[in-house]
Amino acid sequence: MSKGVAKSTAEPMGASRWLLRGHSAAVFAFFYAPIIVLCVFSFNDSNAVGNWNGFTLDWYGDLFSNKNIKSSIWVSVKVCVFSTLIAVVLGTAAALALERFRWWGQKAFDAVLYLPIIIPDVTMAVMMLVFFSETASWFNWIPGLNLQDGLEKLVFSHVAFNISFVSVVVRARLANLDASMEEAASDLYASRWQTFRRVTLPQIMPGVIGGALMAVTISLDDVVVSSFVSAVGGTPLSVYVFGMLRKGVTPLVNSVSVVMLAASMAFVVASLLISRASGSESEER
Amino acid sequence: MNETTNGMRPAVELAGVVKRFGDRSGTEVTAVDHVDLTITDGEFFSLLGPSGCGKTTTLRMVAGLELPTAGSIRIHGEEMGLRPPNKRPVNTVFQSYALFPHMTVAANVGFGLEMRKVPQSERRELVDWAIELVEMGSMAHRKPTQLSGGQQQRVALARALVNRPEVLLLDEPLGALDLKLRHQMQHELKNLQREVGITFVYVTHDQEEAVTMSDRIGVMHDGKLLQVDTPEAIYERPTTRFVADFIGQTNFLEATVAGADEVVLANGDRLRLASDHDAGSAVAVTVRPERLTVHRRGEAPTDRHTVDGRVETVTYLGNAVIYGIGVDWMHLEVRCPATLAGDRREVGDDITVSFEPEHAAVVTG
Repeated sequence: MSKGVAKSTAEPMGASRWLLRGHSAAVFAFFYAPIIVLCVFSFNDSNAVGNWNGFTLDWYGDLFSNKNIKSSIWVSVKVCVFSTLIAVVLGTAAALALERFRWWGQKAFDAVLYLPIIIPDVTMAVMMLVFFSETASWFNWIPGLNLQDGLEKLVFSHVAFNISFVSVVVRARLANLDASMEEAASDLYASRWQTFRRVTLPQIMPGVIGGALMAVTISLDDVVVSSFVSAVGGTPLSVYVFGMLRKGVTPLVNSVSVVMLAASMAFVVASLLISRASGSESEER
Repeated sequence: MNETTNGMRPAVELAGVVKRFGDRSGTEVTAVDHVDLTITDGEFFSLLGPSGCGKTTTLRMVAGLELPTAGSIRIHGEEMGLRPPNKRPVNTVFQSYALFPHMTVAANVGFGLEMRKVPQSERRELVDWAIELVEMGSMAHRKPTQLSGGQQQRVALARALVNRPEVLLLDEPLGALDLKLRHQMQHELKNLQREVGITFVYVTHDQEEAVTMSDRIGVMHDGKLLQVDTPEAIYERPTTRFVADFIGQTNFLEATVAGADEVVLANGDRLRLASDHDAGSAVAVTVRPERLTVHRRGEAPTDRHTVDGRVETVTYLGNAVIYGIGVDWMHLEVRCPATLAGDRREVGDDITVSFEPEHAAVVTG
């Protein structure tokens, strides 16, 4: 991938060298010091966040015995899984439609598709709130769908913004894919579905997985939209934690944050591993 | 396999085929303009022309990757109509090879058979045959990204040929290879075509490639099929100025048709040359540089056509000498086998240029 990029081995000398090193150290401190502090204080044996009183695992025990936290984690996971699955399918389809076909209204659709990335979260949240309160009853005729229900509203609103992110990532991958490969597949007797299944999908898979991981993180992360559309008793973790802060910061918040941090890092590492696996494949070219 | 049953019918018939592309501003481009063409079963046919002449679009319409705006395309007598590419008895070798990078060589070659649900044991046999045919036996388990350009080319060929298509379509398949490899692949392709006996339709902008490999060539320009003939006929008896100019070097002498077997050159000289153009129409007489001979003024044999002129430039090429000859109304180029310096004409010599009538052709356009 980095073929042909020569990296200089002549490092800067003298004062500029120390200046650059100091700068790097400052950047790292800025990034990671808060994380370290957070992790350390999640083991603090004190009710006040600020004072170190000795080591304890109690807060983690509280976390896993707290019924509200457990149910909000469960809400988050459900919303995240369903919204990601739906958004990946729809986002990939949108990317294919935009990248592989020419049709009336394409440019308009292209512009509208990326709106959720641009418009502020609060606007999106208000939109969702108004939309669901005005129109939820219209969809009651669909069996099994109840848009008055908090969970379903959460899933649909997360799908609404995740489609954009998935399609951006998948489209980037698709743009680099030689379209004649799909022509070759159809020339070799593959139907459209077989072409997609056997040729297109395996090659855009890193993009699809990358988009999915992005959707997972954004869905777990979202506070603003979720707090507008979630119903009482069906709050996702992010919204619950935000609510806890209003009652005062206890180390319980810290431990919840560490768990969320660990989960996000697991996703980041997974996505890195996947992109590296597909990257080493392309380096053999 | 379809040897004898289809043998009598032409492999490909194009009748009045038109392809127009429209862009969003509403302007239409005619990429292929009323092409009629019959390609015989088992022949190596080349579509030759500069880039943008419509040759690739024509090929893609036969493959089904584009649908014609008008006209009919038949393969062994069967109308293709709106049939999608996966339902046509042809296979294509793409310019970019278009190998599937996530599959091994063997999986690439077996893809078409797999899609047609050929049983696994038979599939394996055929894949082995095709990979051996292109001499890639030792590479069957590699991925395309681990192969050189020439090797990828062979895999692309095997992937198409393994399906025993009724017609094999090749879209500038040697374009990405370096010169030496290209020459080698030209011979291999020609031999392969003889060996498998499948009709090849080959698209190229390289006139030398087309002349070397083809049984017949169709020259295209601006969406029109200008001339279809054997390589020799295309070179020796072009019918249009474009064809004469595109295939090799040539001289044009502006002329007017005087009768069924006579033209008048721009300087008033009359030449006995047959043409089927109306008297009075503006034409050109084309003669290849190597078909012209330079004589001392007045020493030319009387049974040859002659034009008087003066040597303007002499270029020594080792195996040949190129004379630039100024005739008072135009400029000619003559290519002679190299002679010793004493025998050569010098700049400023008054000379006569001659040629055999059968080496001249009347062209239009």
